[in-house]
Amino acid sequence: MTTDVVGRRRAAPHSGARRFLSRHWYAWAMTAPVVVVTLVLVGYPLLRGVYLSLTDATEANMGRTIGMNVIPSTYEFVGLANYADILTSSTFVSRLTWTVVWTIVCVALHVGIGLGMAMLLNRPMRLRSLYRVLLVLPWAVPAFVSAFIWRYLLNGEFGVVNAMLRAAGFGGISWLDDPLWAKVSVIACNVWLGVPFMMLALLGGLQAIPRELHEAAEVDGATPWQRFRHITLPGLRPVSSTVVLLGTIWTFNQFPVIFLLTKGGPGGATEILVTYAYRQAFEGIRDYSGSAAWGMVILALLVVLAGVYRRALKRQGEAW
Amino acid sequence: MSRVASRTRDSRSPARSVALHLTLIAASIVSVFPVAWLVLTSLKPRQVIETASVGIFEQPTLANYTQVLGQTKFLTWAANSVIVSLATAVLGVLLSATTGYAVSRFRFPGFRSVMWMLLITQMFPVAILIVPIYNLMAGLGLINQFPGLVVAYLTSTVPFCAWMMKGYFDTVPVTIDEAGRVDGLTPFGTFWRLILPLAKPGLAVAAFYSFLTAWAEVAYATAFMTGDERYTLAVGLSQFVGQHKAEWGLLTAASVLIAIPAAAVFLLVQRHLVTGLTAGATKA
Repeated sequence: MTTDVVGRRRAAPHSGARRFLSRHWYAWAMTAPVVVVTLVLVGYPLLRGVYLSLTDATEANMGRTIGMNVIPSTYEFVGLANYADILTSSTFVSRLTWTVVWTIVCVALHVGIGLGMAMLLNRPMRLRSLYRVLLVLPWAVPAFVSAFIWRYLLNGEFGVVNAMLRAAGFGGISWLDDPLWAKVSVIACNVWLGVPFMMLALLGGLQAIPRELHEAAEVDGATPWQRFRHITLPGLRPVSSTVVLLGTIWTFNQFPVIFLLTKGGPGGATEILVTYAYRQAFEGIRDYSGSAAWGMVILALLVVLAGVYRRALKRQGEAW
Repeated sequence: MSRVASRTRDSRSPARSVALHLTLIAASIVSVFPVAWLVLTSLKPRQVIETASVGIFEQPTLANYTQVLGQTKFLTWAANSVIVSLATAVLGVLLSATTGYAVSRFRFPGFRSVMWMLLITQMFPVAILIVPIYNLMAGLGLINQFPGLVVAYLTSTVPFCAWMMKGYFDTVPVTIDEAGRVDGLTPFGTFWRLILPLAKPGLAVAAFYSFLTAWAEVAYATAFMTGDERYTLAVGLSQFVGQHKAEWGLLTAASVLIAIPAAAVFLLVQRHLVTGLTAGATKA
């Protein structure tokens, strides 16, 4: 893309080239820090990750220095074998399915509940700012702390949720040790964490919708549902398309909740792609090449998401 | 405005008003209960916690707090977290401020590539870069060192800050730039002397968000910090509830100590955070 433009301009007369340079060198100089940092800190590791994903590197054959002894790397180039393994494995299908279910359920609940709360808060009433602060609280607590809080609340023996269930005469549920309940638990925790952001963002969007539109529709006899459907939802679209995509990316990459609440267990039931790749690289015999290949597969999925996001931005008039 | 407001309030029937408040009260309870229970649990002695009682106050004591502060490395971990997060925030904002301005104001060859780069790198999940960065850091001897962790965090905060600041600079009227240029300032002079002072709230929000990201990061910190002198809080907390023993009293007390200051600061600035994150959208 860039080279196109530069190439075309370079063919222009000499004075044009100089003018071109003098017009743009400020912009280039100002973007240079980020471009350089990104190329060094992201680009280079990324290339190295691609390379590692094409080898059979593990903890055992990775070069390392122990005291004075330098042990050279002995891993070998294996081509696309890691990718073939991943794409043909049943783990991939089951992890991908769960990651998609997890992302869709979480985002749907975030946006649904967030929108409901935003609409309740978007009307004059007593104690409104108090409710607002109380409802935002889950976002204010760092996510890793929340994951630990939930691990305690849902603990089978000492957890208050089971204690309440038992006090009410039901049996306790082994929330984090049963595959299905563990999935429910991680979703519950993540929904609790994520609703406040959606609520605030959508509340901002609601407040940007001119009140006259609602009043005019009311005068014309529109029912509340019609007003919601034809005024509120279209009016929210700029904000909601952004937050849905942000939420999708965040949930897809949600590492702390899964890692700290269930460690991906029981038996991998709650493992999403990101935690799976991480645990391959840093638990048991460290499989660096396999994990790097998983990372690249995840990257491919995210690039598709980025394309969708950009298209959404473009529709809103951000032309680039 | 207030007249309209009072009219709508009056127009709501008492039954609907009650329903509205009941819904909001229920939602508030769901939202506050886990945190409230955390605080209450942290005040209970160990033997009460392990009976799983649902009592609100039972033999309240500060023993958990004194033990966390006196007999664990909690304060070391807190200091580590502050060092790493501050370094990440300051470096992130310094490196990305000019870029945010450039992509907000100039349309230059390479603009689209830069925007793409910013967009894609912010969504890089930890799983893509952690293995190669770990290997590189191991080669450089930076495992278990703060600079290694800060560098790992910069990979996500720098593009994120640039993106967020673009959104903020977009809200500063271009007429200010034009006035500066007419008065003979260079583009950089305009940025430095006119726009940057105006953008201080935006810088603060970006810095704060970077700080929070680093403060709450788990994956890199768990993989990179191998000695418990160097743990950040996110890693250190896991030590209280390991595979074989679970010190719920210590965990809850430590969580309260982390969450209260974080929540207080957060509630003060959260309005700006939402605006920053959705700036691109609300403007368009």
